[in-house]
Amino acid sequence: MINTDVAIVGGGPAGLCAAISAAESGAKVTLIERDGELGGQLVKQTHMFFGSEKQYASTRGIDIIDILLEKLEKNKENVTIMKNTTVLGRYEDGLITAMVDENKYLKIKPESLIVATGATEKFLGFPNNDLPGIYGAGAVQTLMNVYGVKPGDKVLMVGAGNIGLIVSYQLMQAGVKVEAIIDAAPKIGGYLVHASKIRRMGVPIYTSHTVKEAVGTDHLEKAVIWELDEKWQPIEGSEKEYDVDVMCVSVGLSPLNELLVMAGCKMQYVPELSGNVPLRNENYETTAENIFVAGDSCGVEEASSAMVEGYLTGLTAAAKIGKIHPEFEEKKADYIKQLDDLRSGPVGKHIRTGIEKIVRR
Amino acid sequence: MRIEEHPILKFKRGKKIKFKFEEKTLEGYEGETVAAALHANGIRVLGESLEKHRPRGFYCAIGNCSSCLMEVDGIPNVKTCVTKLEEGMQVNKQKGKGELK
Repeated sequence: MINTDVAIVGGGPAGLCAAISAAESGAKVTLIERDGELGGQLVKQTHMFFGSEKQYASTRGIDIIDILLEKLEKNKENVTIMKNTTVLGRYEDGLITAMVDENKYLKIKPESLIVATGATEKFLGFPNNDLPGIYGAGAVQTLMNVYGVKPGDKVLMVGAGNIGLIVSYQLMQAGVKVEAIIDAAPKIGGYLVHASKIRRMGVPIYTSHTVKEAVGTDHLEKAVIWELDEKWQPIEGSEKEYDVDVMCVSVGLSPLNELLVMAGCKMQYVPELSGNVPLRNENYETTAENIFVAGDSCGVEEASSAMVEGYLTGLTAAAKIGKIHPEFEEKKADYIKQLDDLRSGPVGKHIRTGIEKIVRR
Repeated sequence: MRIEEHPILKFKRGKKIKFKFEEKTLEGYEGETVAAALHANGIRVLGESLEKHRPRGFYCAIGNCSSCLMEVDGIPNVKTCVTKLEEGMQVNKQKGKGELK
């Protein structure tokens, strides 16, 4: 059995920052990642980040990993990294079981636990939506940005949020034709600066449009879309057809947090945060004592806010078990301010509304 | 289907290795996943659904959705989107639930 001060499940942006921050506070940290590499979804983010300098704005996601790994390396005497390790469960006495390399089992006993397990792709209902060639936006990014494999020749992008727009641009960088971008909402959800760039490259964006059906025998051959009226009802006769071999579904993410449910944390469905999320306090501690949460698993946002949440949670989870950073108060205030800034303005309004529903004082 | 030139990324591909998909011998690179290697070879159908036998491909490619399950070296229900390709691997489409031996 492995004894540790803070166990962190998930080595993406939130988990990496939590590990750095908890280790800097003097806690012994065990960082557990099911994949063979750290970095989570940053590994495929070739675009430059928004936000401010503190969240590595203007740096590409793929380069942010190196910055974070370097910070982690500086704290290596306090950090144990376990890759290819999947957490399987948490027991009432706080014990965690995990599987290493698909064949070894082990037990970990942390004083406090940070769950930073991220999110998973949502799906869309339409006839033949299970045909091969219909892929989540993250899958398309993995294939082309991590492995250098084209997802196909011609793509219909479903979803005009930031991910849909950014992945469309990345598809064009990889030499793939994007036939059109559609979104069921009457307005483009992503930043207009991205949308304008894509339109200038000749890709039409159709708002108030959705998928009518996918066509193909053993893989996607054609996609049929149609327009929606102001009551979101399809308009007969408005169909358009595209001969595409890929449909990229970019309709959002759902928080992944089964581990918190298993641990008995009180959960609530909050649409603004994209799904079922844990109730928590301002230190990101859930209703189960010494179980903390950070990143998309407590509400889907951007990687920028996931990193700041990670730094904050690492700090508070360590402090809870007596490992208090000498600049605890200043650091905590700074992270809270950074999060407030990232969530300010009209774009962050729905996130603020969502968070108000789950934060308990 | 491989990207050879990219404005931002340089793909550091590993050693070229051979593997088998059903009866066919295919090539892939060390370090990539089984699903990525198959896709690069134009293979998108990885299995079939349990009841209606509809074709299945991957969906999420990060090990969450279970749409990419295949039989690899005789072991069923392998998540091929997160399993690394190895020299000489035998990869088969999975039919049915698979059997634990």
